[in-house]
Amino acid sequence: MKELVIISGKGGTGKTTVTACFAYLAKDKVLADCDVDAADLHILVHPKILHEEEFRGGLKAVIDSDKCVKCGTCREICRFGAISEGFTVTQLSCEGCGVCFHVCPEQAISLEQALNGRWFVSVSRFGPLVHAALFPGEENSGKLVALVRNQAKVLARQQDKPLILVDGAPGVGCPVISSVTGSDHVVIVTEPTLSGLHDMDRAMQLVKGFRIPASVIINKWDINAEITQQIEELAARSGVKVLGRIPYDPQVIAALVQRRCVVENGPSPAATGIREIWQNLETDLSMEAGQ
Amino acid sequence: MIISVASGKGGTGKTTIATSLAAVLGSKAQLLDCDVEEPNCHILMTPVLQTSESVTVPVPIVDMDKCTLCGKCGEVCRFSAIVVIGDQVLTFPEMCHGCGGCSLLCPERAIREGSRELGVRETGFAGPVDFVQGRLRIGEAMSPPLIRAVKEKIEPGKIAILDAPPGASCPVMNTVMGSDFIILVTEPTPFGLHDLQIAVEAISHLQIPHGVILNRSDVGDAEVEKFCEQQGIPLLAKIRHSREIAEGYAKGNLLVTSAPEYIRLFLQLFERIRGLIGIARSDLKEALS
Repeated sequence: MKELVIISGKGGTGKTTVTACFAYLAKDKVLADCDVDAADLHILVHPKILHEEEFRGGLKAVIDSDKCVKCGTCREICRFGAISEGFTVTQLSCEGCGVCFHVCPEQAISLEQALNGRWFVSVSRFGPLVHAALFPGEENSGKLVALVRNQAKVLARQQDKPLILVDGAPGVGCPVISSVTGSDHVVIVTEPTLSGLHDMDRAMQLVKGFRIPASVIINKWDINAEITQQIEELAARSGVKVLGRIPYDPQVIAALVQRRCVVENGPSPAATGIREIWQNLETDLSMEAGQ
Repeated sequence: MIISVASGKGGTGKTTIATSLAAVLGSKAQLLDCDVEEPNCHILMTPVLQTSESVTVPVPIVDMDKCTLCGKCGEVCRFSAIVVIGDQVLTFPEMCHGCGGCSLLCPERAIREGSRELGVRETGFAGPVDFVQGRLRIGEAMSPPLIRAVKEKIEPGKIAILDAPPGASCPVMNTVMGSDFIILVTEPTPFGLHDLQIAVEAISHLQIPHGVILNRSDVGDAEVEKFCEQQGIPLLAKIRHSREIAEGYAKGNLLVTSAPEYIRLFLQLFERIRGLIGIARSDLKEALS
């Protein structure tokens, strides 16, 4: 079983669009949406939820005002500024470390499991999908990402699927690290802007640090042919393969507005580009599997 | 005054808006790039950076001469960053949140604190604009303390403009908390709408006045505008898709440089925001009196 993760560094370069197209083109696979704080893959693949569970990622301190004598010990030791002057816990600031619980001389503080989100196993137009919704503003996205990936693996094993397609998050922090760690191959979708180049470089460094084979896709490459070339040169210097270029194509947004993938909608410049890229990638994946 | 620029979905134009707003406000403005995972304001603002400091988080160092292997540290740590196995104490600094629990609660006082670098905080000037950015070290997972370090540099006398990371989880909340106004930038597509809804929900209990800027307003459908109308969220501005702006952005040009006709729009945007903050404050006063 191969786990392929699609990330981008910079947001909005076309991760989800590309993932959904791959999902349409790949024969036998499980899908996983690991962009858990702004999951969008479901918009294109129309899942029907079969199974739903709560996600409890961490603890939150709760102060019992009847027992609290306002001595201030907790306020003093809390490094996250999570205890207000009125001795209530600011939920957004509390890391759930529990130090206040240990030091409170009145035992007025308890730790409660916080409900951070939900996760789902669904059937979609393009096969099984594991996805999640971190509650808006919540933390522990890395843990939820790990959970979604694990569930996708369980499903792939049960149903004997050779491939897991993972839609990742933007950035290079917690959820992205959690998405790529231990995966088989990472695809970085970028765009020919200086920001796209800068952010892809950081994403590439991250993936190289984990020694995971990586390749790059340049979306909307014709917006700036010169930067496209710079991206290709940077990739070559870093030993990362460029799988191909996708041209700017209004058909991509036209398909998105219909909640479909551009490759479903008959021939268009972007669809042709993505099909070629998928063929390249499939060959690379089967070669890596043979090694 | 603190104005955050956030979005939910990535790539909708947060940095484009934040940089042009800062540029038109000139010496009154301070631009703080809180998207520490992928900071991009510097590409458009080309600041001259004058300071660079490392931002760290404390992590445990165990003195094995004092340690009695009692296991208290492992019991206390909620992040699996320290554990006693056999006659060893293993620490996993990359898991540590720096809460200080293990060193504080060790009965033998055998744990002192070292540090792990999260990234750097840099300051300088982009023309007349005060500039601050954070850059997360590659491989580091924990961005909120670095974001808070960037925000420590907010100058109270200035109009601080905070460029937030995409999404709607803790890094975004750490950025926008304490703002006087939040600009939500989105695009008129099903993705843009869905992620805007999440962002609106995430900030709803902060009770910070907010409004939407619709970028590439003519490319998709009308659903975002409908949503704003239904929710009573002010639509602050619409920016049409233009090849010129996109090409300028690719090369690192500000929107107001590629399309100077937008300078007026950004000045009006600021006045509008100032008005909305005033209304929110007087509403609050009324509610309190």
